[in-house]
Amino acid sequence: MKEEIILSVSNLSKSFGGLKALIDVSFQVKRGEIFGIIGPNGSGKTTLINCITGFIKPDSGKVHFKDRDITGFKPHKIAHMGIARTFQIMRPYYSLPAYKNLIVPLWSPRAKKLGGWRGGGKHGDRDTVAVDILEEIGFERDSRVPYKLASTLPTGYQKRLELARCIALRPEVIFCDEVFSGLSMSEIAGMIPLIEKMKMEGITLIMVEHRLRELFRVADRVMALNFGEKIAEGDPHEVIEDKRVKEAYLGSEGI
Amino acid sequence: MEQLRRERLDRSLKVRTEGIYAISAFEEILYLLGPRLLFIVGILILPFILEAAPYWKRVINIMCAYAIIAISFDFLSNFVGLVCLGGALFTGIGGYFTAIYNHYFSFPMYLSIPLAAVSGALFCTVVLLPALPLRGVYFAIVTLMYPLLFSRIIEALNILGGTNGISGIQSFPNPYIEHYTVILILLFFLFGLRRFVNEDIGLVFRGVKDNDQAVKASGINVTTIKIYAVFIASLMGCFSGAYIAHLYMWAGLSLFALDFSIIPIASTVIGGGGTLIGAVIGSFILVPLSEILREAGTLRIVIYCVVLTLFIVFKSEGLMIYLQRKYHQFERWVKV
Repeated sequence: MKEEIILSVSNLSKSFGGLKALIDVSFQVKRGEIFGIIGPNGSGKTTLINCITGFIKPDSGKVHFKDRDITGFKPHKIAHMGIARTFQIMRPYYSLPAYKNLIVPLWSPRAKKLGGWRGGGKHGDRDTVAVDILEEIGFERDSRVPYKLASTLPTGYQKRLELARCIALRPEVIFCDEVFSGLSMSEIAGMIPLIEKMKMEGITLIMVEHRLRELFRVADRVMALNFGEKIAEGDPHEVIEDKRVKEAYLGSEGI
Repeated sequence: MEQLRRERLDRSLKVRTEGIYAISAFEEILYLLGPRLLFIVGILILPFILEAAPYWKRVINIMCAYAIIAISFDFLSNFVGLVCLGGALFTGIGGYFTAIYNHYFSFPMYLSIPLAAVSGALFCTVVLLPALPLRGVYFAIVTLMYPLLFSRIIEALNILGGTNGISGIQSFPNPYIEHYTVILILLFFLFGLRRFVNEDIGLVFRGVKDNDQAVKASGINVTTIKIYAVFIASLMGCFSGAYIAHLYMWAGLSLFALDFSIIPIASTVIGGGGTLIGAVIGSFILVPLSEILREAGTLRIVIYCVVLTLFIVFKSEGLMIYLQRKYHQFERWVKV
């Protein structure tokens, strides 16, 4: 059971006009692990997430989720099956207070069927469940922060809100698109226990990240992309020592 | 010596949390309900106040009909993010549907209006389906085109009375039924929608406006949400159209006129978008204004434009948002 493959991507390719954003990318993610995807700017990390979660249709290749072919499904259908994602550019529902942001995932058909985070919110008590989730993810319950307008929250809280919106859906897999970027060291130190907690809950996390040091503290395995191609995969410390990965980050003359 | 200091009236309310009002005293309840009651009572006794001026009594009807269209525009644009320039599509379809039911099938009025509102809304939703994936200005342009399309079809094919329209539609039995039908429906839609947008499902609608990608990523089909929203908005528009057709005992091409698209938008701008009640107040200003300006002849449009421009330059946030802010800033003297 431990080694069950939850997500399997095979030979995924996508090009935008002449630009090849992804070339034959294949990888597999096991249930319950934290899988990191690294690579320099423009290496196709976000495109990969978009292709898997249905926001972009891949040109070729297959995505299997729990042995089911989900290639080319609509985003809402993929989310309904249990794959949540955060967005690199944080866009909370600006006109709503922070806790009301979570009403949307809690109202979704998936949460109605299964219940949201830990089965709550099924019986219309969505406001309480929303505040519970926010407390879980580091909003001080008794402060005014959960009730503030989402647009007035500081970056660290907005990142947490993105994650909260994912876990409210009670997903099996979460794609985190650069959740550490733009955060201070202390804010990241606050995020890492959250990520470990989610892993303990049995959620599979796939993290796209620029902040390698912080990623390597939590990741079980990582994959490196460069110009849309997979150049390395495996244990984080082996991958970072890989010659091609070093070249990708530092340029070939740096070696 | 006794010292006084100033305190904001809403202090006891706001001091707790933003938006969540814990009501503990009669004054607080009155403070919150006061403006609402003033509006409801005011609009309900308006036909009696204007008893002496029969002409202006007729204006109430058309004013309320415009207000309903304005609410539907405000709802679609500020709560779902669909800027719909096709208010005239809704009124036209509603008016013609009720004319068909009443004239050709001789349904009585109390059956043909609701039937026209519901079936007209279904019709509008179906014809707007292809435009729903569009966003922003593209959706606006497509919806602007629809009323023109339908009036040209009726004109070219000479169906449904052609350019003469369908006359001889049943009229309201007495003026009071005429007034209170539209006033009560207006109040119903206004307060119903205000409640709706703060319910959980309403928050999902507002989510679509703020960030539809995140709504998709939450496993909700955005197109379905937009279909519901368009249905609600066109239900209101079609009701207005059907009402106006019965008011004038005639359904013609002028029901597809640009007025029904533009005046509600102007009302929303003047009243303040995103408040719903602002749209109503805006049309309560604009519609009587255009009646007054009737005497100015062709200069009417000029004066109308000047008023609109002044509003946009000096009170661009909208009257209602301005008043709301001022109301919350009322102060009183209290002993230190």
